Amino acid sequence: MSATPASGAPSAPEVPRAPLVVEFPFTRSLGPVQSAFLTGLRERTVLGVRTAGGRVLVPPVEYDPETSEEIGDLVQVGTAGTVTTWAWNPDPRRGQPLRTPFAWVLVRLDGADTGLLHALDAPGPDAVRTGMRVRVRWAQDRGGAITDIACFEPYENGDEGGGESGGGNREGGGGNRHTAGHAAGHAAGHAAGHGKAGGPANGEGRRVDPAAPGAGRRAAAGPRPHSGAFDDPVTGVVAPARLDYTYTPGRAQSRFINALAERRITGERCPSCRKVYVPPRGACPTCGVATSEQVGVGPRGTVTTFCIVNIKAKNLDIEVPYVYAHIALDGADLPLHARIAGIPYDRVRMGLRVEPVWTQGGRHPDHYRPTGEPDADYDTYRELL
Amino acid sequence: MPAKEPVAVVGVGQTKHVAARRDVSIAGLVREAARRALDDAALDWADIDAVVIGKAPDFFEGVMMPELYLADALGAVGKPLLRVHTAGSVGGSTALVAAGLVAARVHRTVLTLAFEKQSESNAMWGLSLPVPFQQPLLAGAGGFFAPHVRAYIRRSGAPGTVGSLVAYKDRRNALRNPYAHLHEHGITLEKVQSSPMLWDPIRYSETCPSSDGACAMVLADRAGASRAPYPPAWVHGGAMRSEPTLFAGKDFVSPQAGKDCAADVYRQAGITDPRREIDAVEMYVPFSWYEPMWLENLGFAAEGEGWKLTESGVTELGGDLPVNPSGGVLSTNPIGASGMIRFAEAVLQVRDRAGAHQVAGARKALGHAYGGGSQFFSMWLVGAGPPET
Ligand SMILES: [Zn+2]
Repeated sequence: MSATPASGAPSAPEVPRAPLVVEFPFTRSLGPVQSAFLTGLRERTVLGVRTAGGRVLVPPVEYDPETSEEIGDLVQVGTAGTVTTWAWNPDPRRGQPLRTPFAWVLVRLDGADTGLLHALDAPGPDAVRTGMRVRVRWAQDRGGAITDIACFEPYENGDEGGGESGGGNREGGGGNRHTAGHAAGHAAGHAAGHGKAGGPANGEGRRVDPAAPGAGRRAAAGPRPHSGAFDDPVTGVVAPARLDYTYTPGRAQSRFINALAERRITGERCPSCRKVYVPPRGACPTCGVATSEQVGVGPRGTVTTFCIVNIKAKNLDIEVPYVYAHIALDGADLPLHARIAGIPYDRVRMGLRVEPVWTQGGRHPDHYRPTGEPDADYDTYRELL
Repeated sequence: MPAKEPVAVVGVGQTKHVAARRDVSIAGLVREAARRALDDAALDWADIDAVVIGKAPDFFEGVMMPELYLADALGAVGKPLLRVHTAGSVGGSTALVAAGLVAARVHRTVLTLAFEKQSESNAMWGLSLPVPFQQPLLAGAGGFFAPHVRAYIRRSGAPGTVGSLVAYKDRRNALRNPYAHLHEHGITLEKVQSSPMLWDPIRYSETCPSSDGACAMVLADRAGASRAPYPPAWVHGGAMRSEPTLFAGKDFVSPQAGKDCAADVYRQAGITDPRREIDAVEMYVPFSWYEPMWLENLGFAAEGEGWKLTESGVTELGGDLPVNPSGGVLSTNPIGASGMIRFAEAVLQVRDRAGAHQVAGARKALGHAYGGGSQFFSMWLVGAGPPET
């Protein structure tokens, strides 16, 4: 097809735009392993699972990625760990763990062999590096979700096996610790950078005495077997999902919408099969060619078929029962869908002649009502069923 | 060597379909069906060369690309894992993609699986997103399909009771199927006929339930079939067809794509008289009236005559063309899996492994699925013996 508009093609219409938000609170049943993991977070305990090959996966999975066997050999790992890689997020969005700029990090918790994805609260990218020590900052209110870990915070000279903060039952709590974390991370990033800065701000938490045997080695934080059993386990979570779009209907739909604003109903005729499409879509779905010829249709039409809706939809402001009908407008080659009113619902019938009813400021006919004409003969619309 | 490898179904597994499986994750749900299919085939994860998975739109459960997260549970690590999506027909088209891999000798043993966890999904609203500048009129699938049912009734002159006969039959058949979701022990025709009218002419008891469930099959080549512990089913023909949702001249009552799909399957299988040559049918009937509609679309009855087969008892379990002996979609509907359950139930019939809902002596059975706005079709015909080559 040529990129040049065919002669007689309508000029490009003004294309309206509108926000379209799609949002659902999905639920998830957890199964035994995820249930233990999330309930553990509520209890400030991080659980992993040991594979047949001896690796410890955090977060845990239900099936061994290597052998495919079901696994449930849970272990408790440390709440401090090492950043294995990271990316700076300068512009946090709705629903992300922190409102201020932060680093996405993969943290290999002490005793784990895999990285846990989470947020690291740090003052800037200069304060983050691969290999830095971090620890969990627990959320104040925990209910059994990954957000029970509010975020990670720098813990630069924290030895393996120690470290956690927050949760509100320690001195300072999460809010104060936030400041301390910033200071520590900043100092570590600029002054030392090798985890040996040893500032006093890092001396908090359950720190392992450097003199103790095994301190600073992974063995000190070796994962301990855990039954995964907790009182009142969490068995499901709600996972809200939201997508934000800017909706633009496209040129053909826009011409249709703009005509409706002037109380005209327009279709487009296919240059190949000559069928008139209402609403138009800019192309004929059977011939696969662009459509541009504008054709006025209706406003009267024939009910080809319908149903009587008796279920009140929670997102629709329509009282039940109501009639949802397919209406073949005069001059159109397929029916559009609309509501019928102005007649008792149980008197609507196939072949009923109807016309649109407009409301002030409405973008489309509110509904269709009987014209009073005799019903259309079945043979006049049977091909449009 | 024939141009195509004959494809055998050597294992079938299903979960017990229920309204909500709160005890398992999605991974746990698919695992259960897959494990049962492997057990039926006496195979293990290492014996599988590739995995083909299907489910309904991502929106239903809000999991984008669920196949990524399910690789561990399906033993797919280090193997090809494909995901298929064709709306409600997906379970059927997923099985056909898997069968194609074996027929083309790309893989010798393929695990195919489909699932839906409707209790964790928003299928109703996922199908009815508000679109700016358009008038919101309807929510859910029932209102979409009800006008087409009315068109069928008008066109065929069928008595208004035919839909209730289908529902009454399928719900009774489900009582013989331990995996079916609905087990309505006190079901009567009167109860069906007095149930509330939801989308007139569709009553509550003539609609499918919302189910959690998964279905899996193991497909193998001829060598794999010879090692199977139970008799395999053989794929004699399989096809998919699509058409647009809406177009001038679309016949929603009997879509052209459905007719073409069936004709292709019959040609492959050498079927010239489906009504006489096919012993059992598992067809996708989410609303009762779709049984007579599809009987016509699939060539079991002339146009306008399908309801007569239903009304005269031909499609009952004891009739000469049993339709949905498993209880069908009307009794079990984990949407993404519903098509594969049709294909798998056809397999069980020709393997003589359908238990209490076995059609005696079934040698050839048709599995059928459709999806979207009656725009995607997938079907296969399976036989107790290998196809003639
Ligand atoms: Zn055309």
